[in-house]
Amino acid sequence: MNTPPNLKYTNSDEWFDPASGAMGLTDYAQSQLSDIVFVEMLVEPGDEVAPGRAIASVESVKASAEIYASASGKVAAVNSALSDKPDTLNSDPYGEGWMVKVEGGAAGDVMDAAAYIAYCDGRAH
Amino acid sequence: MTYIPISPKERDAMLETIGVKSLDDLFEAVPAKRRFPKLDLPPALTEMEAAARLEEIASANENVHSDLISFLGAGMYNHYIPSVVDHILRRGELYTAYTPYQPEISQGTLQGIFEYQSLIAALTGMEVTNASHYDGATATAEAVSLAWAQFRGKRKKVIISPTVHPQYRAVLRTYTQGMELETAGDDPNADLNSEPADLAALIDDNTMMVVVQYPDFFGRVCDYSKLIETAHAKGALACVVANPTALALFKTPGSMGADIVVGEGQPLGIPMWYGGPSLGFFATRKSFVHKMAGRLVGETVDSRGQRAYVLTLTAREQHIKRERATSNICTNQGLLALASAVYMSVLGKTGMRQVAELCYHKAHYAAGELSKIEGMGLCFSEPYFHEFALCVGRPVEEVNEHLLEHGIIGGYDLGQDYPALKDHMLLAFTEMNTKEEIDALVEVLSEVSHD
Repeated sequence: MNTPPNLKYTNSDEWFDPASGAMGLTDYAQSQLSDIVFVEMLVEPGDEVAPGRAIASVESVKASAEIYASASGKVAAVNSALSDKPDTLNSDPYGEGWMVKVEGGAAGDVMDAAAYIAYCDGRAH
Repeated sequence: MTYIPISPKERDAMLETIGVKSLDDLFEAVPAKRRFPKLDLPPALTEMEAAARLEEIASANENVHSDLISFLGAGMYNHYIPSVVDHILRRGELYTAYTPYQPEISQGTLQGIFEYQSLIAALTGMEVTNASHYDGATATAEAVSLAWAQFRGKRKKVIISPTVHPQYRAVLRTYTQGMELETAGDDPNADLNSEPADLAALIDDNTMMVVVQYPDFFGRVCDYSKLIETAHAKGALACVVANPTALALFKTPGSMGADIVVGEGQPLGIPMWYGGPSLGFFATRKSFVHKMAGRLVGETVDSRGQRAYVLTLTAREQHIKRERATSNICTNQGLLALASAVYMSVLGKTGMRQVAELCYHKAHYAAGELSKIEGMGLCFSEPYFHEFALCVGRPVEEVNEHLLEHGIIGGYDLGQDYPALKDHMLLAFTEMNTKEEIDALVEVLSEVSHD
């Protein structure tokens, strides 16, 4: 499981990059969902988001899930390329698989990488 | 699957779990005198007597096969159903109204749905069809629901042509209660002679969808291409409610650019019964497939490389989306979808076109003859398919009573829904109406006009 140390994590498996304001789905989440076949972005640039607000809807061959904002702020960019290539979320969840970037983002209730790794381990057993 | 009732041991275990000693204890809350009330029933009949009694009751029903001639349509049409339809439906392995909950073990059912979907897609000129809805009205409401999900509440206006079936509009109003929709165009007092392009004037940046009917409720056929183009230019979607029989003859809504085509599947091999059950079809473009209600069956290959069918998508259903489901319709009309698939494949493209042509020509023959009657005439001048509004110059109820005395079911009373069309009836003609029957209608209506 890949868990970059510079990111923050939610207990609903989203990440937030305080440096760039980007947010997305964790490596753990993509591996649980397996092959992602559909992504619908639920926000547009200019929208205000807050932790708990759904920013995208994701469907895999196994399940359907909503992805929630991991920070509050004003949406600056939405990765619309994901709609055409949803499997980017599987192959590069922290890079090309970023979903939304916010301006002036303030993280919600998040963990650091070590705490998130422990949280994921706890669920595996 | 065998049905096995509980054993006494299991029953005792259940009683013990809930903490009562016996069944009597369980029902203690029900007053004793209510537990086994004496039923006031007549003496029992033998099977032979019961069958005779039921036969007697059933014979009081009159039907369009042997008792009455019908010119009533308005959404349900009397078409010939080849006997093979019923023979296939009654096969034990297909005789269920439901898609099974473990769908892949029922390859026959899935193949039936897959073929139904493919045939409807071809008929409507669309890319994707779901496994069906309850009827045309609910399918229409689901189209609006798709538009709502598409714009996620950012657009709130839906434009509904006043010439969409009045009952569909009523279902739509019920269905969308609480969605805080804004509707426009849905006005029975609107100018019914107006061009479809006039609806275009109502389209704005808040419009999520325009809903029109083809042929419209009065049987009129017109090209919605321009209206749909205007809707698209404003970023709105367009839904066409279509009669499937007409689609075998006229330009498809798909080729007009429609985003969604829905309609009543009853004309495709399903009897009129006493008003239902029937079938709603729902066809759309691939890009909307994740917003589509119901389920989608697909064809694939199994681990041995053999053709197989699977339940590909149930994107909006409750068992997938839970509380985020945007549709509560999780079932389909499996058996009736199969009936329509058999009907369409037995008739084929040529046969369906012939049915549509017969309907068209019989209606036009009737219109010509009826127009000769003094005081009667066609209400609209636009091209029409197999149905038209006729002014009868007196209360429709009265005219229909007179027709019924001659064994004829007359037309739909348009004054019920459109105040301006008081004394107008909507008459429908299908391949089932012979020239003699149409002549009989003309004769009785001539008598009425001279009364």
